[in-house]
Amino acid sequence: MRDLPLPFCTGCGDLTIMNCFLRAVHELGYKDLNRFVFCSGIGCAAWIPSPHFKADSIHTAHGRSIPVATGVKLVRPELNVVVFGGDGDLAGIGLSHLIHAARRNLDIVVVMANNMIYGMTGGQVAPTTPIKIKTTTTPYGNVERPFDTTRLVVAAGASYAARWTTFHIEQLKESMKKAITTKGFAFIEAVSQCPTAFGRRVGLKTAPDMLQWFKGNSVTLQEAEKMAEKDLEGKIVVGEFVHREFPTVTETLYEIMKEAKKGAQKN
Amino acid sequence: MTKIHFWQGNEACAEAAITAGCKFFAGYPITPASEIAEHLALRLPQEEGIAIQMEDELASLGAVIGASWAGAKAMTATSGPGFSLMQENIGYAFMTETPCVIVNVQRVGPSTGQATKCAQGDVMQTRWGTHGDYASIVLSPNSVQEMFDLTIKAFNLAEKYRTPVILLADEIVAHMREPINVPPSNKIEIVNRKKPKPTDKAFFGSEEIPPMPSVGQGFNVAVTGSTHNEYGIRYTADPTVHRRLVERLMGKIRKKASKIIDFEDCNIKNCEAGVISYGCTSRAVYETVDLAKKKGINLGFLRLKTLWPFPDNAVQTMAKNAKIVFVPEMNLRQIFYEVERAVSGMVPVVPINKIGGGEMITPEELLAKVVKGVKSVD
Repeated sequence: MRDLPLPFCTGCGDLTIMNCFLRAVHELGYKDLNRFVFCSGIGCAAWIPSPHFKADSIHTAHGRSIPVATGVKLVRPELNVVVFGGDGDLAGIGLSHLIHAARRNLDIVVVMANNMIYGMTGGQVAPTTPIKIKTTTTPYGNVERPFDTTRLVVAAGASYAARWTTFHIEQLKESMKKAITTKGFAFIEAVSQCPTAFGRRVGLKTAPDMLQWFKGNSVTLQEAEKMAEKDLEGKIVVGEFVHREFPTVTETLYEIMKEAKKGAQKN
Repeated sequence: MTKIHFWQGNEACAEAAITAGCKFFAGYPITPASEIAEHLALRLPQEEGIAIQMEDELASLGAVIGASWAGAKAMTATSGPGFSLMQENIGYAFMTETPCVIVNVQRVGPSTGQATKCAQGDVMQTRWGTHGDYASIVLSPNSVQEMFDLTIKAFNLAEKYRTPVILLADEIVAHMREPINVPPSNKIEIVNRKKPKPTDKAFFGSEEIPPMPSVGQGFNVAVTGSTHNEYGIRYTADPTVHRRLVERLMGKIRKKASKIIDFEDCNIKNCEAGVISYGCTSRAVYETVDLAKKKGINLGFLRLKTLWPFPDNAVQTMAKNAKIVFVPEMNLRQIFYEVERAVSGMVPVVPINKIGGGEMITPEELLAKVVKGVKSVD
């Protein structure tokens, strides 16, 4: 970590996510972050790695962290490329890049802090905000259904995808370890508390209040399978959604490069 | 590759990128620039490079920026609609001092316009397209040979000044075929970015053009598009840090303008009338000069190879000698206003404009305007 004051509000879930990630890296045996490159866009979660991690970090335009990570990974496939972002950054303005990176099976890790709100800009509705929730831009309540981003990424072809909340710190950390060691596109959704811009307006004023809500409202994937659709309304389904191996775009492109070079030399 | 080739402009651009050392291309299909992506998709893997088609132009330039920070020379190519989408990352590349090349093969706009037809309507967008204060370097080729030469130059300027450089081509120079001469590699100047010493820690402002590390080298570089100090640490409320940063970013280009500016001129010190042109439109000017001579008009010309920075001095030299200056363009007045600003009322400046359908301004059309204009000031 760089010796800089952290920007997060009291009780912010991003601190938990930062903590879980650093513990995961430590438990995997890394002594420093020299083999990592962090890309993040705009929003509170983008500040988790940049500029706080003592590592290479690229703080990109809003929503464009995954394209930049794509360029980095394709040129330097031996480095661990990790993207941090919020739900607005990755499931809002940058959603198409998230889907395409999963489709390509780009060998990177994406950690999405889902606080269900645009926190940095003062609490506007996000594509992940639950229905009926009042935000600064939905004063009559949110009329749109939220994205299930993890399932979306699974459908797009991710190699690894898991969702936990900041209440599930042990599971979150273990999933981060798996994400880093899995070959291919790995996605982690960390449902995270924003007492400042979300909780305060829905009667969950403090971080403990929000964590209690996460605890009481989460159901595991196994439990969810046995539940009726209407009972699942408003629940947070947590667990490991997929863990599989496919060839990655990086390794395929480098194989093509070898063949093309041979072909060119023959000609 | 050394020899005479009969190449299409887009093909010459792609081969020039490889010659310049480009190892990464990301793009999105668009007429009339797609041949650059197609050619590099075939050729880059043979040269140990990567070519990838991204989901849109936002992602294309994003990937190019990532590749550049990973240490590769990188390029994208597009046309007007895609160039509009790239504006956010052009600003980002300028702010983060990321060398990269953006090719814009112009077609008729605004919006989808006429996708297959030639125009020169994006000139001002290359200067003022992204938000905030910035300085751009923009090159304008007028032949297949220059699609080759100026692409290499674009990479060299990007690496030298650590900034995005735009090659502003047009449908005509991109799609026509001409013989081009590829010189032996030892005759081609190739510039590479200044790398840091192992002890260096400031990559954003210790000097006018700071050294650039790559990721994965242990420098722990912090790159950001927000206002930052020389170590890449964000200072988003401090007026001094912002002023110092943006003034340096603009200054490193403005102060070196005389070194960057490139043009072809003929008779600008003793002509009675002058033409200032660029890109495909300038191809009609050579013949117009001959036709004017037959009519007894001593016509000089200035052909801009760099549109930005703008060559005020050369324009003023012409205006001090000529009685009238003509500015033909395939748009409804863009460089015209810049010429008018530089000429500053010394002599009349006459716009000659044609848009739509991709039809060039012919030497005859140009001559008619020149004859009429010269008469008006006699």
